[in-house]
Formats: sequence, C-alpha cells, structure tokens
Amino acid sequence: MTEAVLKLADLVAGHPVTTVYVMSDEERHEIEHCLHHYDDNRAASIDALKIVQKKHGWVPDAAIAKIGELIGIPAADVEGVATFYNLIFRRPVGRNVIKICDSISCYLTGYDEVRNAISAHLRINLGQTTADNRYTLLPICCLGACDHGPVAMINDDTHRDLSVENIPALLEQYK
Amino acid sequence: MAIIHVDGKEFTVDGADNLLQACLSLGLDIPYFCWHPALGSVGSCRQCAVKQYRDENDTVGRIVMSCMSPASDGTWISIDDAESKSFRESVIEWLMSNHPHDCPVCEEGGHCHLQDMTVMTGHASRKYRFTKRTHNNQDLGPFIGHEMNRCIACYRCLRYYKDYAGGKDLGVYGSASRVYFGRAEDGVLESEFSGNLTEVCPTGVFTDKTHSERYNRKWDMQFAPSICQGCSVGCNISPGERYGELRRIENRYHGTVNHYFLCDRGRFGYGFVNNADRPRQPMLKRDGQFATISVDDALLNAANLLKTAKGVVGIGSPRASLESNFALRQLVGTGNYFDGHAAAEGVLVKRIAEVLRTGPVPTGSLRGIESADAALVLGEDVMNTAPRVAMALRQVARGKATQMAAEKHIPEWQAIAIADIGQHHKHPIFIATPDATRIDELAKETIRAAPADLARLGYAVANVIDPASPAVAGLDAATAERAQRIAETLLASTKAVIVSGTGAGSESVINAAANVAWALHARGKIVELMLIVPEANSLGTALMAAPSIDEAFKAIESGKADTLVVLENDLYRRATKARVDAVLAKARLIVVDHQMTETAERAELLLSAGSFAEADGTLVSNEGRAQRYFQVYDPAYYKPDTKIRESWNWLHGVRAQQLGASPVWEQLDHATAEVAAVLPVLAGIVHAAPGAKFRITGLKIAREPHSYSGRTAMRANLSVHEPRQPQDADTALAFSMEGHNGVQAGERPAALTPFAWAPGWNSPQSWNKYQDQVGGHSLGGDAGVRLIEPAANAPKVPAYANHVPEAFKARAGEFLVVASQHIFGSEELSAKAAPVQSRIPAAHVALNAADAEALGLADGVLVDVLIDGLTVRLPLQRRAELAIGTVAMPILPGVPFTATGGNAKISGAARA
Amino acid sequence: MTTLAETKPLTANIVAGRAPLNLKEYSAAGGYRAVRKALKEMAPGDVTKIVKEANLRGRGGAGFPTGVKWGLVPSMEKSPGSRYLVCNADEMEPGTFKDRLLMESDPHSLVEAMIVAGYAISATRAYIFLRGEYIEAAKNLNAAIAEANAAGYLGKDILGTGWSMDLHVHTGAGRYICGEETALINSLEGRRANPRAKPPFPAIAGLWGKPTVVNNVESLCNVQHIVNNGSAWFLGLNQGKSKDGGTKLYGVSGRAKKTGLWELPIGTTAREILEVHAGGMKDGLKLKAWLPGGASTDFLMPEHLDLAMDFDTIAKAGSRMGTGLLTVVDDRQNMVSVVRNLEDFFARESCGWCTPCRDGLPWTYKTLVAMERGEGRPGDIEMLEKMTRFLAPGRPFCAHAPGAMEPLQSALKFFRGEFEATIRKQSPKVAA
Ligand SMILES: Cc1cc2nc3c(=O)[nH]c(=O)nc-3n(C[C@H](O)[C@H](O)[C@H](O)COP(=O)(O)O)c2cc1C
Ligand code: SF4
Ligand code: FES
Repeated sequence: MTEAVLKLADLVAGHPVTTVYVMSDEERHEIEHCLHHYDDNRAASIDALKIVQKKHGWVPDAAIAKIGELIGIPAADVEGVATFYNLIFRRPVGRNVIKICDSISCYLTGYDEVRNAISAHLRINLGQTTADNRYTLLPICCLGACDHGPVAMINDDTHRDLSVENIPALLEQYK
Repeated sequence: MAIIHVDGKEFTVDGADNLLQACLSLGLDIPYFCWHPALGSVGSCRQCAVKQYRDENDTVGRIVMSCMSPASDGTWISIDDAESKSFRESVIEWLMSNHPHDCPVCEEGGHCHLQDMTVMTGHASRKYRFTKRTHNNQDLGPFIGHEMNRCIACYRCLRYYKDYAGGKDLGVYGSASRVYFGRAEDGVLESEFSGNLTEVCPTGVFTDKTHSERYNRKWDMQFAPSICQGCSVGCNISPGERYGELRRIENRYHGTVNHYFLCDRGRFGYGFVNNADRPRQPMLKRDGQFATISVDDALLNAANLLKTAKGVVGIGSPRASLESNFALRQLVGTGNYFDGHAAAEGVLVKRIAEVLRTGPVPTGSLRGIESADAALVLGEDVMNTAPRVAMALRQVARGKATQMAAEKHIPEWQAIAIADIGQHHKHPIFIATPDATRIDELAKETIRAAPADLARLGYAVANVIDPASPAVAGLDAATAERAQRIAETLLASTKAVIVSGTGAGSESVINAAANVAWALHARGKIVELMLIVPEANSLGTALMAAPSIDEAFKAIESGKADTLVVLENDLYRRATKARVDAVLAKARLIVVDHQMTETAERAELLLSAGSFAEADGTLVSNEGRAQRYFQVYDPAYYKPDTKIRESWNWLHGVRAQQLGASPVWEQLDHATAEVAAVLPVLAGIVHAAPGAKFRITGLKIAREPHSYSGRTAMRANLSVHEPRQPQDADTALAFSMEGHNGVQAGERPAALTPFAWAPGWNSPQSWNKYQDQVGGHSLGGDAGVRLIEPAANAPKVPAYANHVPEAFKARAGEFLVVASQHIFGSEELSAKAAPVQSRIPAAHVALNAADAEALGLADGVLVDVLIDGLTVRLPLQRRAELAIGTVAMPILPGVPFTATGGNAKISGAARA
Repeated sequence: MTTLAETKPLTANIVAGRAPLNLKEYSAAGGYRAVRKALKEMAPGDVTKIVKEANLRGRGGAGFPTGVKWGLVPSMEKSPGSRYLVCNADEMEPGTFKDRLLMESDPHSLVEAMIVAGYAISATRAYIFLRGEYIEAAKNLNAAIAEANAAGYLGKDILGTGWSMDLHVHTGAGRYICGEETALINSLEGRRANPRAKPPFPAIAGLWGKPTVVNNVESLCNVQHIVNNGSAWFLGLNQGKSKDGGTKLYGVSGRAKKTGLWELPIGTTAREILEVHAGGMKDGLKLKAWLPGGASTDFLMPEHLDLAMDFDTIAKAGSRMGTGLLTVVDDRQNMVSVVRNLEDFFARESCGWCTPCRDGLPWTYKTLVAMERGEGRPGDIEMLEKMTRFLAPGRPFCAHAPGAMEPLQSALKFFRGEFEATIRKQSPKVAA
C-alpha cells in the first residue's frame, strides 16, 4: 500500500532547485519549429518544456523564463504550466525514471508487491532518486495496458506483466 | 428587466445579471468567494449554490451556482432551501480543511471575507482530523505580505492581477489540493496596482505590509471619507488611524471614479502623514533656528510680518484645498495671490481648464472611459502621472472581448468564456508619447515623437475627422497616413476617449487633443476628453484663475513686495534653485505646510498645517469633480502639545488677527460657502458633501466602527481619566464609535461614508451594500459634484485651436528637455513614505540610444546636463524609444528642478 | 460475402505482433475510400447527416451522439474563420486500454477518420491530443500523417476540393483531467488544464475561442466505415443486442484468466465478455464486483453480469458503461482498500480549480486510509455519504469529482459492512 500521500505532482512541483542553464540552439530551433503547429504561440509551452526536459532530464529554473521569452508569455505562466503536469520535472531526476502505474487494474494485479520489490532492490521510495543517480522512482496513472498489469514505464519503454521475480533483470537493462 | 422568484417572493431584477449579482443587489445574502463585481463569474469556489426550480410546480429542483446562472425572466430559486444551505456549509468546511485557523494572528481578521462567509453559512465546528497542507511564503516586496497557508484557492488574486490589471508576475502553480499563488520566485510584485490584492483576496494571504509593523484591527481604527492626494484623478479612499498615526489606506467605493481599485502610490504613499520631521507646532526662526511658539504668538507674529510688509504676495498650492487657497487669496488680496504652479505648468493647467470649460465634450471619468471602444493617448505617460487611468484604459482594451462574446450571446459576467473568445483581441488604443510607456502592450499602435510632432499628429487626426479643424502644413506622408488610420478608427468607435495632459509639457499637445475630441463631437460621435493635470487640486486652483508663481517671483525680484506667504508648496520643486534662493533672499517668508520642505526650512514663520488626514477641504479632480476630504483624527487628542490646524484655518486666523476681529469662518462650511459665493465657477462645491449640520436620525456619523476598543485606555499614559472625545465642529462626522453607523438604504450620503461595514459584512465586500446595484453607483448618488459640463452654448463648429506648431527639428548638440515621471518618486508627498521610497528608481538622464551613440556616450556613464546655466550630473540611460533629439530628465527626489520644454547640452562628465 | 472489415471494422487491420499497415497496405485493404467518397461525392452536411442516422454514440464515456455534436457547429456563413477538430486521445481512465491499441496498431484508420470528420465540420486544423506516455502511438501516427500528407489526403486543397486541413499530433504532459474536453482545449492552448464552463460549448467557442469538436479515438474510427457502408449497415452491427449501432471495443482487466480487448457487437452482455472472451476469473478467485467502464463508473455486482453493455442498459442498472472496459474485483480484495486506491487517483488528479473536488477528495481519501488502517470513526461513513451527495454532478465544476463518487457510492451501497467494520476498529479484510 502507498504509505504516505505521495503524489507525482508533489514530487516534481516542489521548491525549484537552481542551476545554471543555457538554452542550446538546438532546443531553440526545436521550440521555434513547434510554434508552426499552432494558431497561438502559447500552445507551444508544453512542447517547449518537454524539449528542454528531453535535453536536461528536468526543467531547470532558468529555463522557465527563457521559454517564456521565446514564446512570448510571462514566466509565471510557464511555471504555472510546468508545475501542473505530471510529466514535467521541476527537480533533477536520475538517469532512468521508473514510472510505476498505481491505478486500479495494476493495483488489483499486484502493484504493491512490485513496487515493494523495486524499492527494496534500489533502496528508494516513491519520489526518491538512488544515490548513484541511476534511477528515480515515481508513481503514474493508468498507462493503458491494464490487461497486462502490473505495468511500469522506464524512460520511454512500457513494461507489462511485471512480477517480483522479473524486477532485478528488468532494472539491470538500464544503466 | 426580468422577474425572478426567490423563496416564494417575486422581484424585478436586471435580467442581464447573474443570479448572485441580482440577489445581492436586492439586498439578499448569498455567500461567495470567486465572484467579484469587477471580475465577473468563474464558478470555481461553489460557495454561491442555491436551488433552482424549473417552475412554480417543481418541488425537487437542482443545486446551481448562482454566479453562473442567468437571472432570466421566470427564474425560480431558493436560497433558504435546506440542501443548498447544507451544501454551502460544506463548502466552507472543505475550504477550512487546509486553512490554518489562525485568525488571532492574522492581519485579515476583522475585515475578512472568509470570516464573514463562514459565519454566514453557519459552519462552526471542525470535523476534519487529518494533516493540513502547508506552503512556504514569498517576499513580495515592501507593499504586500504573503501567507499562503491561508489560501482558499478562489483564484481571485490571479484574475484580478493578471486579467484585470495586466500584471505578469503572479501565477498559480502546482495542482490539486496544493495549488500555490505567488510569483515564479521571490521578488517585488511588479504591478503598479498590487495593493488591490489585499482587498481582492478574501482571506489573509495578501495583506498590506505597510500596516504590519504597527498593526491593529479594522474595528479599532478611526476612518474618514477622504480623497487620494497622489495625483489628479481623485480616487476615494478610506484612511484608517490608530493612536494618532495613519495605519493603512483602503479603497473607498466610488461608482464613477475608482470603484473597487486604487494604485499603489495612492494606497501605500500615506507615510508622509506619520513622519517625525513634520512641523507639529508653529515655529519662529530665532538665530537661524526654529523655536516652537504658541498658536496665539504665531498669529500675532504673522499679522505683524504682514503689517510691516512693504508688499505681500501669496503663493497658493495645487496640493492644498480650495478653502486654503482661497483663505490665502483673501489674506493677501486677490491681486497678490498666485496659484502655485510652476510657470510653464501654470499655462498648461489653465489651458486645460479653459478647454474643458469652453469645449462641447464632457470630461472623462474613470468609469466613463472604461466603456469606450477606442482611445487615443496623446503625450501623456498615464501610468506614471495618473496611474489609475492606465488601469481604466486597460479595461477599454479588454472591452473588445466582452463585445465579441456578446455577439455569441455570452453575458458580460462569464469571465472565462469572454477571455477565451477574446484571445488577443483588443479595442484599439493609440499611444503617442515621447517615450515608451508601461501600457504600450495595450496599443494597436505606438508613436514616439517630440511633443511638437505629437501635437502635429493630433492636429492632423482632427483635421481628417473634421476638415473644418486646422490642417497641418508640411505634414510628411507617413504621419498623414497614420493620422488617417487613427481618425478612421476613432470615427468607427461607438464611444471614444482622448487622453492627454500636462505631462508632455506642451500646450500644443493639449490643444491638439482637444481638437481631436471636438472634431469627433462635431461629427456626432460620443467622446470623452480626459486631461491629466499634475496634482490633486491642480484643476481647482486653475479655476481660481490666478497668475502663476513666476509673477509672484517677479513681484519680489522687482522689490514690489518683500513678504511672501507660501501655502503648502515647496518652491524648489517649481523653479530652479538659483532663482528660488534669490527670491527668498529678498523676502520675509511665512510658510503654512504640513511637511518640512526645503522651502519650509527657509521660513521665518512656519505654521503647522494639517495634512489631508488632519484637515477638511475640497479638491477638484481632473474630471472637474469637486470632492470633499474629511479629517481622519485629531492629533492633539493623543499629543496635546500638537498644534495642527487646517491651512485655511491658519490663514483665516491671521486675517482676523490682522483685522483685529474674530474669525468669520467658524467652521469649514463657512469657508466653502464663501469660496462658492465669490467664485462662480466653484459655486457647486457646497454640494460636494453635506455640511456640518447634516444628521441621520439626529445623529452624527461615527468615524469609528461600533466595536472600537481600548478608548478608555489609549490615553492612560497621559492621564487615567478619559477625556471627552474631540468635537468636530466642521463636519457631520464624529470622532467616536457613537453616532450613526450602518447602511440603511439611502440614508448615508456616499460623501460621508468613512468606511465600509454592514451587518455580517466586515470586509471591503461590504461596499456592495452601499450601492444602488452591486458594482453600480452609490446609494443616493456618487459623491462629489461635477463642476464642468459641456458648455450648453458651445458653438456648433467648435472653437478649434489653430496654433499648429512647427515640426520638431533636432539641433546638433542640443536636446529638448522632456520630463520623465515615475509613479514612485515623482509625486512630492508619497515620495516621503518609506515603503514608496524603497521603490523609487535610481535617477538617470535618458537619451535615445542613437543620440547617445552620436555623442559617444555609453549606457551608465555619468553625464553633465546643462540647462539654464544649471548643471545636473547623473548616469546616462540609453533608451530605445525615446524621441530623437530629446533628453528625459527624471522628476525624482534629489534631482534639482529643471524646466521642461527648454534646451539642454549634454556632455560626458569629467572623471571625478 | 462479408469481410472482416464489415463485421469488425475497428480491428480488421489489426493482427497481434504485426507492424501497422502503411499507406499502401492500408489503401489496399480498402483504406481512404471514405475520404474520396466523402470529399468527392458528399457535402459536409451529408457526412454529418449519415453519422447522425447511424446513431454513433461517443465512445469517450458519455455516449453523446457524434453526429448531433457535429451539427452544433455553426455554419461557415454564421461563423467564418478557423474551426477545429480535436481527437481526444488522452486515454487515462484507469482500466481503459482501447484507444492505445487503435493508434498503435492501425494509425491510418484514425487519420482517415479525422479527415472525414474534419471535412464534415469544415475544420481548418485538426489535432490529435495524445497522452505523452503513448510513445509508440505518437511514432506510428506521425508516420501515417506524413504518408497521408504526401498522398494529398491532408494539407492544402485536399483532393482538389478547395478544402484544406492540417493534422497534428500534440502530445500531452500527463494529467487525467486533460481528457475532459474543455480542459483538453485549455491544455492544447498551452494552459493549465482547468475545465471551462459550459455554456458556451466547444462547438460554439472552443479552441482559441473558435468552434471546435472533440471526439474520442474510438468514436472517430467508426466514421469512415459509416461513410463507406451506410448507416443501416452500422445499425445492424449490433446484431440486435442494443438500440445503439456499431461494434464496441470491450475488454477485461483485473484477475481474470485471459485479460484483453475484443471488438464485439455493442450490447454484448458483460457475462459473455468476462466468461467467454476473458475465460472467467482466475482459478480459485470469485468475482466480487466489477467496474463496467473505468474508475469513474459505479461498481456492479455479479448478479448484473447479464446486462447488455450499452449506455442505456448500464445506466438503468445504476452505473455507466463509460469506456466499456471491465475491471473485475476478486473476492480476495477488501472494498475499502479498492476504493481508497480509486480515490487516491481522483484526489491526486483533481485540477485544483473547484472547492468540492480540490478539498473534498483528499478528505475522502484520507478518511479511507484511516479506515483501511482500522482507524475509522463513527460519522466517517456518513461523511463519505455526504461527499457522494455533494460531489454529485452539477455541484463540483466538472465531471471529475462526480466520477470519483461513483465507485465510492456504489461500494457503500453494496459493501457497507466492510466500511462499518473499520469503525469497530477492525481491519476491513476480515469483514465481509
Ligand atoms: C475527468 C474526465 C476525463 C475524461 N477523459 C477522457 C479521455 O481520456 N478520453 C476521452 O475520449 N474522453 C474523456 N472524457 C470525456 C470527454 O470529456 C468527452 O466527453 C469526450 O472526449 C467526447 O468524445 P466522444 O463524444 O467521442 O465520446 C473525460 C471526461 C471527464 C469528465
Ligand atoms: S471537479 Fe473541479 S477541481 Fe475537480 S477536476 Fe473538475 S474543475 Fe477541477
Ligand atoms: S461565487 Fe459562485 S462559484 Fe464562486
């Protein structure tokens, strides 16, 4: 069972951590390219956050204002969006992000055991990152693979039919 | 009009309203949070639930949010319905599940909408037994405190700050039960209107930080109906006092002027009243040092100085009341009275008075201009000279969305739907100024040019609109095209507003603005003309039609006079130091003021005047509205050695002394009546507020809420015997909690309403109980009287101004001086308030970047500006948009007076 | 002879383990016929009409007739300018896994559907609002769109009709509430996904204030087949099992033998779905309760298994068909914990806009956690019941919180004893 009231949004929308950030030309071009998809630039704010995150693993403070400048909306609005959505991380995460589904079907098919197995194996709880920065463990909502629960995503890969036994081998694939 | 049925009773309401607004207007109470009369409905808090029935036969009904339901004809609702009541109580219970219940230490306590609504719903005991979420707070600068744990997530702060006021640096972060309202990071809130957050927020998240250090409850303050002194707009304020100090300023609802909102200069700039260095007793200079003297000695000394004078001149003040200016005029004689404006400024202000009085176009009020659908701003940087006008112009722009939504049959109160439909669309505003302004983002087009060219543009626009107005010779094609565009847009409006004023320092600009407005009028368009003047009573003093300061100086310089009486005026802000020094060297000086100004320091006799907080008087706003402000408290009650009197009282007393008679004016009404009798243009001012004899059911009006506490003890440091409360002979208000204190319909004139309170309504939301309908006009009419209405006999073809200036030509090595004003710092009195001081920007001389480049001057270098033989040394700021060939001189404390409109030479300062 | 496409139109092209059909293969299987037919032979209004006649009801969960929704969009004369078609592919309803399959395995089918639907409402732009986690769906859809663009099915002047429409995949950043159509519009505009008030409905003022239609993936994927085969054919697909037309993707998750997804005539009974297609519960387990179509539907009991799975029948039984994917709860589960899991989801996914949802759901969740620990108190059940009444439709701002109340209220109805046990300081597991 989920011990504390751990919420993905809580975990990633915490007090921001400051780091140095300089937007690369590549990020800028990608964001500018996105603007063409919409009839209003604001619409690209989520794309922009994802582009920055793809590059940095998370969205550093300084990127917020930069994105705002680039698409012409206030930084406060960008931050409002960045902290609203589950998949935008406003704190550093490990190299591999494990998102384990805790919704009903996975819950019914063994989520608790699998999550405990991951936690025991990595010695981290939900919302934490391993000391070697290799993994971050987060909860996520139903991944749309309920007929194969329990399910988790590691980075971009969806893994179905998880069991306590197959956890160590699965995690080992991610360096 | 629509007929609705509420709990079985039939009412006639405005069918365009939502049910919440309609019911509140009927005087029925429904609790609410997210709705606000100026912000409309969004339906987020769910507090305003009522039961709605299909018709009279429906007994089941369904719960609806009254703020999101139209008050259409034939609506049947119940407020009293048990299920709705229970639901509303639950909403409070949910909201309070995360609220810290810290009322005893919360600065909102006692004027808290959340407290009021909690009581209204009857929720009294807490069942929630789990942990509450907690937040960190932010440092939002010197004005606004932040205590996020108290947040009930009504989203009002955002909707006000971003949507209504156009602020960019407030946001909502996170989601679900952890939504957070604040800046993206700690820092000063940038909006010039941040202070309204303290009233818009229904709980204690955003509070008035200027009040925090010397905090007290609203019910423990003494209030008076007052008028903001921060600029010429005349917003109505409710200053609160405790222990002889002004503690806070709240908005005082006025249906035609400021309605719910003030600017931060007006709200937070009151500290000058409390400053320790104020003259609080009359003082006589002995051996170069001021010595305190008695009131009688002061009057005697003043009379003697005047008696022994070779000639006397009096300099009045655009920041003093009409009564005080008039008392000075009487004392020194009409021919020796001068109106206190700087020379150039006086010309402009008088021209404005003339334009407004002789023209066919009504003066603009804040609320009046908000309903315009096109605007031209000519020459005036309103955000810095009359900030509240900038906010009104924003509402002009936003009106487009409302109009677009109306085309889809979406009512005015559907705030979010309107914004979604409006997207970036705005009603057109043209902003033509010498430099960039903080509202440029509202503009369809911005024009940057020297004042003469702005005037030419204005003349050209007028000429397109009405060819009978003078044409502009030698107009370049681009300007002609632009004028055409602007003219066409204004002609296409249903109501236009033309905004200008003294800010550009150019009479031509004012004339051009008048021509545009008059031309529109001549073409049958509805138009309002809003002309900004520098100070709270600039227009009032201008209407007294006296020569300005220059003439007064000449009288001294020529030796015609040797004695100078200065009323509430720092001459060093009106002329160069050299000139003032020279004048004062030749004159014996009597100063009547409430501030220790540079001029006051030079006085031989200094008479300790009351500021707006300790005095009554009448001001005329730039709308031409005469409004009375009333004394908030009697300082001598707390410190008996305080000898502060209204300036008019001092001056009239001196006159009586001089005449060896007793004063004729025994109270304010006498002064006001005489001003009105002597000066026909001001005849209306007696109606600005009811006189001292006014009573409600035989009672005076209490300045203090009826739960005012601690009175018996507050003077115990002086004597354990509580003295009689000070008596107020001048007004119908009492320095007491005793007296009339309520909101019975129509009884209390708006001009005499010191603070907002109604049974069950302690927060500023109680203003809704003072209105003919919520958000409308004050019950019994809005306060004040408009002195200037379009001349009935104005000729069909207006008397167009026709001095089209030559085009501005930048001259090598010379720069035209324009003034650069700042909301914080440029106004004399508020600049003495500590919190405002911390927001005053560093002084810079500004040049267009290209001009600076040509001079080889880098950004930030020290430069010498040579104007009229005076050298001012300041760091240089290169600006992208400042008109080529002009230099912007800051109007800020510490920067010596330099006349605008003159020429300056600029050079890099020699290394010190 | 009937082809697979005529009996199982949604899944005819889907073969487990096979890559999705490319444009050539898809066309060879009869794809893009409907585009040509609609654009060349039909006026936009005719397309709407035939979809209306087919009585296609929205597969996003609410069952609103798709053709009627399209018909609400004002005519070009009345509201000229941009208008949008948005596919709701945010599939995030716990227990739902149907749209994912359609998009991953037959992306051209959705692309074709959107061209036809876009034509029906004269859309100028179309978006697929895809949840961010569906990486493979994004890849496959983008590939299909590129092919369709190259073939002239999308872009400027499609098939020489003068009508132009772009189609773009917008990937979300994760939030259940983005599935609510007006929240989705806000999210698409790059804002926080708070729902908007209705009225105005999206058909009048949606994306960027312009007329907008939002339809679910599965709803849309029927459209081209209706155009190809006609409304009578579509109505006949139900094999007489329902008033509604078409097939439906049904599925089962939880501890059943062969969990999975099947395209069946709409109105197929839950029993057939669970016992025939999913093979019944796992050995040794008994069915305790089931959610007919996602977390926001009311629990039904084993005795309800013979109900036809269509919108009206399930509604009559006190639940909602929702997405039509069954989640089965076995007898080893205690309902307090099951409901706690569901309410945790809803409390966490609240957008934070309105009070009942933002503050009422966490309270509900925390109460259930306490009960689960045997720390229930007298009054807790009444408090939960009050929540179910006051978070019912119309009271919160949108349908999120009312959705959260459906499993709670039905669990309280059918399994009250398990909740009561916690107040006697018993762990709910031992009660029954
Ligand atoms: C909280 C909430 C979540 C929803 N999530 C989805 C979703 O993920 N996918 C979906 O198609 N519809 C979802 N809906 C329903 C949509 O609001 C909308 O009714 C649907 O997309 C319309 O499409 P249809 O008419 O084709 O069914 C959701 C509704 C609510 C209230
Ligand atoms: S019910 Fe209210 S808080 Fe919940 S998701 Fe809907 S609008 Fe947001
Ligand atoms: S005031 Fe009506 S919902 Fe908030």
